[in-house]
Amino acid sequence: MVDATSTAPGAALLDVRDLGIAFRTGAGMVQVTRDVTFAIQPGEVVGLVGESGCGKTVTGLALMGLLPKATSRIAGEVLLEGENLIGMSARRLQQRRGAKISMIFQEPMSALDPVFTIGEQIAETLRAHRHVSAREARERGIEALARVGIPEPALRYDAYPHQLSGGMRQRAMIAIAIVCEPRLLIADEPTTALDVTVQAQIVDVLGDLCSRLGMAMLFITHDLGLVAQTCSRLVTMYAGEVIEEGCIDDVLVRPRHPYTSGLLRSLPALAERKSKLPAIPGRVPMRGEMPEGCRFRPRCGFARPPCEAPQPLDRLTSAGQVRCCRHDELELMGVLS
Amino acid sequence: MSRRTLRVIGWRLLQVVPVIVLATFAVFGLLQLVPGDPAAVIAGETATAERIVQIREMLGLDLPLWQQYLHWLGGAVQGDLSTSLITGLPVIDEVLRRLPNTLLIVVCALILAISIAVPLGILAATHVDGRVDRFVTSIASLGVAVPNFWVGMILVGFFALNLGWFPTTGAASLTEDPARALWHAALPAIALASSGIAEITRQLRSALIEVLSSQYVRTLQAKGLSQGRILWRHGLKNVSLTLLTVIGLVFNRTLGATVAIEAVFAIPGTGSLVVTSATNKDFPVVQGVVFVLVLIVILCNLLIDILYSVLDPRMNKQ
Repeated sequence: MVDATSTAPGAALLDVRDLGIAFRTGAGMVQVTRDVTFAIQPGEVVGLVGESGCGKTVTGLALMGLLPKATSRIAGEVLLEGENLIGMSARRLQQRRGAKISMIFQEPMSALDPVFTIGEQIAETLRAHRHVSAREARERGIEALARVGIPEPALRYDAYPHQLSGGMRQRAMIAIAIVCEPRLLIADEPTTALDVTVQAQIVDVLGDLCSRLGMAMLFITHDLGLVAQTCSRLVTMYAGEVIEEGCIDDVLVRPRHPYTSGLLRSLPALAERKSKLPAIPGRVPMRGEMPEGCRFRPRCGFARPPCEAPQPLDRLTSAGQVRCCRHDELELMGVLS
Repeated sequence: MSRRTLRVIGWRLLQVVPVIVLATFAVFGLLQLVPGDPAAVIAGETATAERIVQIREMLGLDLPLWQQYLHWLGGAVQGDLSTSLITGLPVIDEVLRRLPNTLLIVVCALILAISIAVPLGILAATHVDGRVDRFVTSIASLGVAVPNFWVGMILVGFFALNLGWFPTTGAASLTEDPARALWHAALPAIALASSGIAEITRQLRSALIEVLSSQYVRTLQAKGLSQGRILWRHGLKNVSLTLLTVIGLVFNRTLGATVAIEAVFAIPGTGSLVVTSATNKDFPVVQGVVFVLVLIVILCNLLIDILYSVLDPRMNKQ
């Protein structure tokens, strides 16, 4: 395990240290993530990428304290402005959610309460955290809708979710999440369920909000193209572990982990115009059959005997981290080289 | 009320007409299948064949079925439900005289069922798989399985005969003596409520569990609402449609169950009226009671439909 404080010089907004999540299932406890360590500075946009099922969403939910208490066990620390959210009382956690740390979800269709208007859902967030009158809540709600680019916000304020299109619903979701101007927004694949044209608009809205409100964002996605476009730093997860973290420009040019390199090279938009995209062979190992040592080893073209030993998350001189014992000797391909 | 809601109401009212016609015609037809001739019953055992034919003609029983039905329907539309074959009195008077007794126990049962089942359902749903939940669920399963009239007989045996706390039989007028009327209605209402409590609890529990594990509840948690606010504001409004549906069904079923319960408690209501007139082949009375009950059920469903469109904005979608 690595000393996480060293990765976050100065006062990090969010400091995640050795976050391990396990779920209680019929077959006993199943470890979903382990040693998840990364930090987010104030105002910083960080991408969290990885294949489906690598633990991105679960990590996001754990940061919010939204995993069911009865069936999950969480180890490690999540420091938001120095306060550990893990083990915090439900009441105190509730005061921070929506006010300091917010989250938006993948499915804008099912993530909004169908029987309340958009306005009611924004206003109640505001009134849960701020002492505002009903009239003021309405004004600020309409303002929030305008801020996320909803046309005729005063009209849309009284609309029900089913009266809006998918893109508009996601904007409304964002408006609910940012109405209290939180310090950190966790965006869990916010564009996956949307049309490609709408995706770009939502990403623009999010980027715009971050710079205007000075809000930091953890952008969870499997779309590296979006990360390259919006994020300043990149955290890569594989099979429940953080395997690389670094500045986006560094990682795009020179990834340090063979898995990140593979991900980057399989990206159609960023790869060279060749007839065939290079794919990563094999598949993510199942929970029960995690390989010893490096979890990417069975799919890695660079695997050597030392990879069979447990891999620590090593600090890099370029203010990043990587979980690969061969990172010093390997010259991996990025996309912008 | 919005214009759309009004349109929904208008549309539903239009749909009521064919339902009434179909329901009453079905009863009319079914009564024809019952063996025995009302004219023969009226004429008595010693009557001659001519006398029976005469009575049949007098009552219009010799006409084709559809003519009899249209004749009856024409009267019913004007509030005339024809006269009893036995007493010769207008059916509508007899039905209206007995209806309050029935409605009193049904409404009491419904109020009782809702006020017990709603807290139980919420309690079970918020403690899923806990001890409370398991207790409530097993009680509810029992309530569904046990027939109303049996509960009624147990109640009479214990609270009325043994302890003497309640009267065993009869009814009182709510307008003349409210306290006595409620005293009489207590045991039948409890007996009628038993299955309603079970049904509402079970349905509310499962609907609320589904809502509370939905994605929008996760959003509500993510924005920092308290569990209480999520449950009481969002949870209840979202399950209100299910609740409304179940209450409507329970009302209809309870109305039907009065036939047995009124027999157990010897209550002079519409349920017992149906039973006696059916045995006496007094078909106009049976037809009249069924007509009034169908009307009540339809009105109840109409009310529920209107409430739907008020509660759920998605219902007003074109």
